[in-house]
Amino acid sequence: MSHISHKSSEAENAQEEVLVPLQRRAFLRYSGASVALGGLVLSGCTDDRLNDIFKQVDRNSGVVNVGSGDVGILNYAYALEQLEAAFYAKVTQEQYYLNATRAERIILKDLADHEKIHSDFLYAAIKAAGAIPIKKLTPDFSSVNFASRASVLGTAKAFEDLGVAAYNGAGKLISNPAYLTIAGKIVSVEARHAALIRDLLQNGTFVGPDVVDLNTGLEKSKSPAEVAAVANTFLAQGSKIDVSSLPKD
Amino acid sequence: MNILKIITEIEKVDPEVYERLDQRRQMFKHFAGFGKKLAVAAVPLAMGSMLQKAYGQSSGLSAQIREVLNFALRLEYLETYFYQLGLEAPGLLTGQNRSDINLIYIDEQNHVKFLRSVLGADAIPDPTVNAFDYTGAKGGARPALLPNVFSNLGTFLALAQSFEDTGVRAYKGGAPLLISNNTVLEAALNIHSVEARHASHLRTMRRGGPQSEPGDPSSAPQSWPSLNDNGGPAPAITAAIYGAGNPASLYPSEANVVQGGLNVQNISQVSPNEASEAFDEPLDMGTVLAIAANFIK
Repeated sequence: MSHISHKSSEAENAQEEVLVPLQRRAFLRYSGASVALGGLVLSGCTDDRLNDIFKQVDRNSGVVNVGSGDVGILNYAYALEQLEAAFYAKVTQEQYYLNATRAERIILKDLADHEKIHSDFLYAAIKAAGAIPIKKLTPDFSSVNFASRASVLGTAKAFEDLGVAAYNGAGKLISNPAYLTIAGKIVSVEARHAALIRDLLQNGTFVGPDVVDLNTGLEKSKSPAEVAAVANTFLAQGSKIDVSSLPKD
Repeated sequence: MNILKIITEIEKVDPEVYERLDQRRQMFKHFAGFGKKLAVAAVPLAMGSMLQKAYGQSSGLSAQIREVLNFALRLEYLETYFYQLGLEAPGLLTGQNRSDINLIYIDEQNHVKFLRSVLGADAIPDPTVNAFDYTGAKGGARPALLPNVFSNLGTFLALAQSFEDTGVRAYKGGAPLLISNNTVLEAALNIHSVEARHASHLRTMRRGGPQSEPGDPSSAPQSWPSLNDNGGPAPAITAAIYGAGNPASLYPSEANVVQGGLNVQNISQVSPNEASEAFDEPLDMGTVLAIAANFIK
């Protein structure tokens, strides 16, 4: 996004905040005013950039497009980390956590801290790269019973395994080695979390055929589309992510 | 020269050509770029190199990628033979401990096999178990660092944690060097996260299982490094595993709290411990090999 001047980024940011929550019909209604408002800004944009902005508003359901290129990957990671951070933040406020063993409370609190750090960091890193982070997503944890150990730890396991598979699958889509290094620094922490949560559910299941190929000893990756399908079941309408603009290979 | 026509021709003799191409998805990246970047006359030559990759011939790998993979292979041998000797040591591993270490051993064996299959003829020879001395005595050339490694479970798990944490840092350091080959990069990441799962579990074992509270990292660690982990399980020997590599600017110690030029501690208003725990750090090949050299005769 180096082609966008620093001067215009604030205006553009404000404009996207207006655009993002709007659904298509509403968008069409407002777009005239919006273009007039941002006429100067938009004139400085390339077609690609315009497409990115428009893609942030889904045609039908108001999904959030994470964007394209390396910034898209960072926003994709930011979406997943937001989801994990929101989950553990809720866990630490709810009934199961309050009655859990001291060891489990310590572990879940650590995980809540780590995921919040990942989420905060990615937001800051995307800004520092001169790009625009996606909005704060609204989770939908209605399928989770926060009073049940099996439900809380089962969901934690799903999120941690998903996170590892997501970073593993996205690594090759990154073109800047510095971002790849950052992703590598985060994914191993997610793998450590995943192993620990799985061991809490059943000791000795830190690796298993569902996540690690028994013939090669290699963990299974998931593509952004596969990951988004799962993540979206935990995101509210208007906060579901669209990863269709990410690099494919 | 029409690339699609060539593939169609190949399909006549090898119906699985598309499957082969798809398995090596890097190929399609090359493929997409060819039309734009290469003169038509150069296409047949490029086509040959693409097919070499599709059919798994290691001559398609650059010297740098071969070096990184052989470096990884050396470490996988170090780990595999360590677990093998542990499982063979009378009375050392029983019950849950035995089944856990056996799981890790199988993964490491598979990593060796996988890396060998990718490297083909370029793989280093199997050093065999005789190449290693896990007491750190270098085959009697110096006093043992860990004389009871195969008779004391605590010592054994401490060294296992050290190897796995080193492996995590080593793969992380190698990944950016593989960025030009998507297939190899993804495989390296897929091994990397498995090593992290192993490290997490070994740390959990060391503190007495998942229901035991993480305590002082020198005796009862958390399942991830916190700051520099007080130098690890045996600080006189393992400090290098959690310390800075060379250069420290690229390979900081595990206590690092600055990521991508941003101070994580300040962004999230957290303690240095928490900021360091949320990120693992890479380590350079030279430092990793120096650590490993302690256990090679």
